[in-house]
Order: sequence, then C-alpha cells, then structure tokens
Amino acid sequence: MSIIKAENVHYEYLSYDDDGKPAGTTTAVNGVSLDVEPGQFIGILGHNGSGKSTFAKHLNALLMPTEGTVWVEGSDTRDESRIWDIRQTAGMVFQNPDNQIIASVVEEDVGFGPENMGVPTEEIWERVDKALEVTGMTAYREHSPNRLSGGQKQRVAIAGVLAMKPKCIVLDEPTAMLDPAGRKEVLNALKALNKEEHITLIHITHYMNELTEADRIFVMDKGKIALFGTPREVFGQVEKMRELGMDVPQVTELAYELRKEGVDIREDILTADEMVEALCRSEQKM
Amino acid sequence: MIRDITIGQYYPADSLIHRLDPRTKIIGTLAYLVSLFIVNNWGYIVCTAYLAALILISKVPFKFMVKGLKALLVLLILTMAINMFLTPGRILFQWKFIHITEEGLESAGLMGLRLVYLILGASLLTLTTTPNKLTDGLERLLSPLKVFKVPVHEIAMMMSIALRFIPILLDETDKIMKAQSARGADFETGGIFKRIRAMVPLFVPLFVSAFRRANDLALAMEARCYHGGENRTQMKPLRYNRRDYIAYGIMAAALALVIVLRVILHW
Repeated sequence: MSIIKAENVHYEYLSYDDDGKPAGTTTAVNGVSLDVEPGQFIGILGHNGSGKSTFAKHLNALLMPTEGTVWVEGSDTRDESRIWDIRQTAGMVFQNPDNQIIASVVEEDVGFGPENMGVPTEEIWERVDKALEVTGMTAYREHSPNRLSGGQKQRVAIAGVLAMKPKCIVLDEPTAMLDPAGRKEVLNALKALNKEEHITLIHITHYMNELTEADRIFVMDKGKIALFGTPREVFGQVEKMRELGMDVPQVTELAYELRKEGVDIREDILTADEMVEALCRSEQKM
Repeated sequence: MIRDITIGQYYPADSLIHRLDPRTKIIGTLAYLVSLFIVNNWGYIVCTAYLAALILISKVPFKFMVKGLKALLVLLILTMAINMFLTPGRILFQWKFIHITEEGLESAGLMGLRLVYLILGASLLTLTTTPNKLTDGLERLLSPLKVFKVPVHEIAMMMSIALRFIPILLDETDKIMKAQSARGADFETGGIFKRIRAMVPLFVPLFVSAFRRANDLALAMEARCYHGGENRTQMKPLRYNRRDYIAYGIMAAALALVIVLRVILHW
C-alpha cells in the first residue's frame, strides 16, 4: 500500500484587495496527483510560488484540498476522527527553525509531540533519547535552543518529529534558511533517517544538489507537476528545466554544455565522480 | 549582546533548595510572606534566622540577592520616608513643618525591614527555580481553578512560549534598530520623549514579524498533534519527594511559631 497518495488535488483561496473585499480566487495547487511508496526518498522541486509548500501542507491535514483527495496510509485527510493519526504518521518539518521549537530546553522540545499524543512518561524519555541519538544532538539535550546554530536547531526540529515515530516526514524547505555547513548537517541527518530508520522522506527544496540521491523527483510549476522521474531523467532535461526557471546541478550543466560543444558525453551526469569517469572514457575514445 | 539577557534571574547551583519541587517553593514563599506580616518586634529575629538559613542552604551568593534590592531602592526609601514623617506621636525632632516622631522612626524601621525581607524572600524563589519549572509549578497549583473554567493549561503554555520567544524578539528588535539606524534613524540622542518617539517606527515591523512567527508556531504545534491540555502526558511530571514533605513540615512549624509569638505571647 502506498503511504501517501494524492489524486487530482486542487487548492484555491480567496484573495482580497486593499479594501478587504474578495478580489478573486487564486489557485495555488492545480490538479496534483502522486503516489509515494513506503521507504522512498521523494524530492519536490519548484521555484517560489509554484505551490510546493501549499501542497506539502495537504500531506498531514494542515490544509484540506478544495477538490481531489489525499490519503495518508489509506486514511482520507478530510476524516476528522483520523486527524491525529494522520499527523503522527506524516510528520512535518518547516522552513524557519526558530518558529517551530516550542520549549526552551532541547530535550523538552523533542518530548513535545509524544506529550501531546499521550505517551506515558517513561516511553517519552526512551523516544527522546533515541531521537536525539539518531539526529546526533544528544550532547545538546540540556541546552537552550537559542544558543544553537541554524543546522542544529533544524536537527532538533527533526528529532521532535522523529520522537512521534512517524512513518513519513514531510520537509518544507528545511534548508532554505541555513548556511552551507548547516545544510550539509541537516541533509546527512535526513539521509541517515531514510537509509537506517527506513522513514519515507518527502523533501521540498529549491536546491537541486540535495536531491541527487532521491528515488523520484517531482518538479512543480504554477500549481502543477511539470516534470517527474528519477534524478537522471529530470536533470537530464536541461532545456526543459531552464524553461521552468530551474537550474540543474552544476556538473549536469557542464555535461550539457560539453555535449553542445561536440564532446561525446552522457547527458545525465549527476556527480563529480561520474563526470571524471565519463571524461576519461571519452578521452580514450578520441 | 542583547541575546545574553537572562529572563528571571535564575542562579544555577546544586543545592537542596534548587532541587525542591517548584510547588513546595511557591507555597513556602507565600507562607513566608504571610508570616512577615504577622510578626511584630521580636518576631523579626525568627524571620531573620529563617531567611539567613535559607540563603545559606541555597548557595546563592548574598551579592546576588542584594542586586534585586537595588531595583526597588526608590520604593523602599519612599515607604520609609512616608512612615517616618507622617506617623503621629511623641515628637523627637522638629524643623519648620517637618517633625519626626518616635513612633514614626520605629514604624519606618520595621516597614523597611519588612520590605527588604519580602524582596529577599521572593527573589530567593526566582533565583533557585528556572522559569520553566516555575510555570509548571503554577500550572499544577492553579489546576483546581479548571473547575471554574479558567484555562490554566493554556495560560501556562502561553507563559512558557513567551519565555522562549522573548530572546528571539529582543534579537529581532536589535536587527530592526540596526536596519533603521543604517537609514538614518536616531535612537541615541535627544530627551526621553524624543527617544520614545524614535522607537515608535520599531513597533510596526516588530508586530508584523511577531504575528508571522505566531502563525508559523501555531502550524508547527498543530503538526505535532497539539490539541490543548486534554489527554496530554508530561515528560517531566512534578513529583513530591521526601525532601518536599520535610520542607512542608519546617514551613508549617515556622508559621506556627510566628503565630504563637504574636497571638499568644503578644511579642
């Protein structure tokens, strides 16, 4: 069974003019369908205003589709009686690390989710210990979040979701406000979650490089899915990506430019290592 | 740096008083305040001994305690002056319309002492208890009010979120001030009214950002299954230990002693 399934999801909201009168409806999500298998690492790409964040909020019932349906582990997100199960199954990490940490001590923040779920005290401690260990934040458990770096705060936020034992985590641009070091930190933590804990990840971002290891990538534009496939399939289409206002990873772009100049090289190169190998091979042929 | 401001004035140390349950400490402080208003004359010796013992056990340096007094110095002097000049009685000293009476001097002294002890006692509570524990303790102590539909859990949650966000908003104020200074705003010169007026443009961006943060936080809390205090368990539930029962015993004994001194012995 797929863990998350969306079918023809539309989301419209009213926009208002300066006098506060409704000026018309804006369609943020316009007919998105996707299907996520357990354990996958899914990437959603799109520039600002493409509807990717709005869509993400549908995946754990923070928003309800105006049209279409979202199922989380077979439960319709419109089903009020299942809402807490849905939010527990599909956890969510947001963009701004400061605005999602509730407590003033790291470990208490990680325990916030389980507390809300009514988990007994001893089990909360077990879950918190485990979540801090997996995200590598055990050493900071008694610190104040205000004194942590952006990357560390985001890892605390991930630990907070992890303590709820979700099967799937939706990450809404978790790296957008971080510096390169913090981005790497968070990304490594995420990869560990996917590989070792087998948690399904839906990673929303506009940094291509973060998605080279994804199982599948969806590129959103104007509320629709404009392109989807494996990273190779998506990034290989350099021209189409440019049309959508997106860049491809630098190495892929280099391969594309080289090909245009007549170098016999594959189009779908994603990493520097692959590039080296491909170049050496074409050297031998020449 | 503005970030380094600590809220409350918690003094981290490992003492018996620090380890007491916050509820014990809150009730103890209340009992102490009540006894301060019961005692008269000789009863102060009991209070002095009691307070001195508590400060010694708490391992908070006396220097720290005095800091709290400084902030209230004006109030202290004012109270003492009013008592000194306005109490009628046997006149000791007179100059034009100012006269100091024996009774006035006595009540000023006692009132001053009472205030100082009050402040010292109350600051001992905030010095030995983290704001979080204080909020937890208040939540539990006030929980009977739920019967009267007082949203005790929500109030406590608001208090702890406020504590978490005060440093963040201070930081933000600092940033906005710098951004405005860079464009020629002047927060440093002029009289107090001019400076206050210069602060007004700070509030608009600060409020906008506070509301945005509140919105984000509400979403994040909902995503983590927050739905009020119902069916909620606690990671660090408050539990009374043996030391708390002993502390309650000592408190009751001290309060009883003070009452006996005043009511029966008329000291």
